[in-house]
Amino acid sequence: MSFISYLINGISLGSVYAIIALGYTMVYGIAKMLNFAHGDVIMVGAFIVFTIVSTLSLPPVLGIATAIIVCTVFGITIERVAYKPLRNAASPLAVLITAIGVSYLLQNLALLIFGANTKSFTSVVAVKPLKFADGNMVISGETIVTIVVGIIVMILLTLFINKTKAGQAMLAVSEDKGAASLMGINVNKTIALTFAIGSALAAVAGVLLCSAYPSLTPYTGAMPGIKAFVAAVFGGIGSVPGAMIGGILLGIIEILGKAYISSQMADAIVFAVLIIVLLVKPTGILGKKIQEKV
Amino acid sequence: MKRFMSIAMASAMAMTLFAGCGSTASEGTDAAAGTDTTATADTAAEGTDATAEGTAAAGESAAGGVFKIGGIGPTTGGAAVYGMAVQNAAQLAVDEINAAGGIGGYQIEFKFEDDENDPEKSVNAYNTLKDWDMQILMGTVTSGCCVAVVEKTSADNMFQLTPSGSSIEAIKYDNAFRVCFSDPNQGMASAKYIGDNAVATKVAVIYDSSDIYSSGIYQKFVTESASQPFEIVSAEAFTADSKTDFSVQLQKAKDSGADLVFLPIYYTEASLILSQAATMNYSPIFFGCDGLDGILDVENFDTSLAEGVMLLTPFAADAQDELTQNFVTTFKEKFGDTPNQFAADAYDAIYAIKAAAEKAGLTPDMDASAICDAMKTAMTQITLDGLTGVGMTWDASGEPNKAPKAVKIENGVYVAM
Repeated sequence: MSFISYLINGISLGSVYAIIALGYTMVYGIAKMLNFAHGDVIMVGAFIVFTIVSTLSLPPVLGIATAIIVCTVFGITIERVAYKPLRNAASPLAVLITAIGVSYLLQNLALLIFGANTKSFTSVVAVKPLKFADGNMVISGETIVTIVVGIIVMILLTLFINKTKAGQAMLAVSEDKGAASLMGINVNKTIALTFAIGSALAAVAGVLLCSAYPSLTPYTGAMPGIKAFVAAVFGGIGSVPGAMIGGILLGIIEILGKAYISSQMADAIVFAVLIIVLLVKPTGILGKKIQEKV
Repeated sequence: MKRFMSIAMASAMAMTLFAGCGSTASEGTDAAAGTDTTATADTAAEGTDATAEGTAAAGESAAGGVFKIGGIGPTTGGAAVYGMAVQNAAQLAVDEINAAGGIGGYQIEFKFEDDENDPEKSVNAYNTLKDWDMQILMGTVTSGCCVAVVEKTSADNMFQLTPSGSSIEAIKYDNAFRVCFSDPNQGMASAKYIGDNAVATKVAVIYDSSDIYSSGIYQKFVTESASQPFEIVSAEAFTADSKTDFSVQLQKAKDSGADLVFLPIYYTEASLILSQAATMNYSPIFFGCDGLDGILDVENFDTSLAEGVMLLTPFAADAQDELTQNFVTTFKEKFGDTPNQFAADAYDAIYAIKAAAEKAGLTPDMDASAICDAMKTAMTQITLDGLTGVGMTWDASGEPNKAPKAVKIENGVYVAM
């Protein structure tokens, strides 16, 4: 009985990780870089929705649309200013460090603009919760929407990558940038497009994260961002369905670990599972092993 | 790109230069204030009413016939609201005491210095006050600054009473006392309050094990609960890295049948816990410490979620006792707003100093070190009926003993219990 409640809670938390992990895995899969600022773009998206919906009292649809547009522009700008000049740097670490820098920059800018005070986010989800067993078991509307949106995004992304020209170009760039550009693919545009999609997903994830857990500070995106990164690695980084599965599994493990082992050790358990999975299957659950051709 | 970078670098350097100038200038002003020997001029600049000035002038002419009490706290910057409250309330208490004949017949002169909630500036403020021949320090207001200043007062053997510095280290030397409960002692006070008032019989705790404030309160709460008529049925932790989802902790509290959930945490997490409890249809009494203070100010927060939440607090402005009523009325008249718990702590601090000074038979011609030695003993011998507690006593460690008070949130405001 309580096990089922825990399971539902795990899926709720996992669905949020999953939707964030989709953006992470998308950018990593194509651009082969870890965008550590992803979690903070999520926070930016959430603040935009908060400002429009709660401060200006405009309809949520307008807020979400604005957040998606602004985050997309943001993503492209960040890529253009902070990542592109370093793409051919001698060390791949350079761009990783820049990403961490961008992450702190966004957090501190938000701190400057919105202040450190916690803001309570009004859920933009209008779906009614599902109740079982006399209301003792509740699946919140936010969870339902997050899972549905996650699945839709997963299908759309898979279709986009496999069926469209731009998607094929992305696959080509991810395999070999040099060869792709020789084949007439505009590598810069393709990577910019990847960041645009990734950041638009971040905006959606931000809205869903804050609808499910309605507290908003400049650091809101940081920790879920890292957990989602773990989820993406867990599911097989670069794999779109892997991110979804990894996210939900991570949520379930975290909640069950808290419930049955120790609430203090929740994170230690999550990361121990991650280590074990990676030891057994280094590419993650759905990760493909890429043969290096010599 | 390169040019942009060089402009950026140049402007950054220019900013540093300006910042440098700024701090030099402000230090200059501090030093000027420090070397200012005419106390009358100082008080005239700071004092808000004629009595204070008059007293100061009289004190100066009587040559040594006046006690010099200094105060330190942030009156500008992010924590200014605390410092202003302490400054105003302390001045109010000083004026009352002076009007009623002073400490053992001697008038008090009170001078308050701003520290902007910066430990370094706080130490500077302390030095400024020492140059002014301060004999007793009422401060500092915030814990971080207090930890820095207590090192100096201990070295100088200067008696220090902080109204609101609540961290353990804030009064770690024997010359320092405090009016508020220490952070962990709020756990003891909460357990006492819940037990004494029979608020609940089954208690669940949700605390942040990665935070010293929260885990300190939790440990004291558990220790004290052993001698209280309630039982802790569930104690679940969370950490800084997993503080968005509290469903498990709440589920366990609910399953264990707890009718009260103790939340020794900050309001950011508490607001999430309240909203998640509401979705779970779980409505126990929620009880918190001063970390919950501020939950009603969370922007856009649905305050109906906090309805019925109880909060351990030393002071509620709407309490009906005569002392509180008089204090609140006078404070409102003079300063235009309702006093908060910091104001109450400061008011009690000044009266505690008066009581101890009279007990020790202090005279203004004693030096600060002799005063400190006498006060250390006298503080443990006095009993004070103040705003933050009736029958307050102190032990040699500097911690106050007083009955805990709590407020309840009703219709979006604090109501005294």
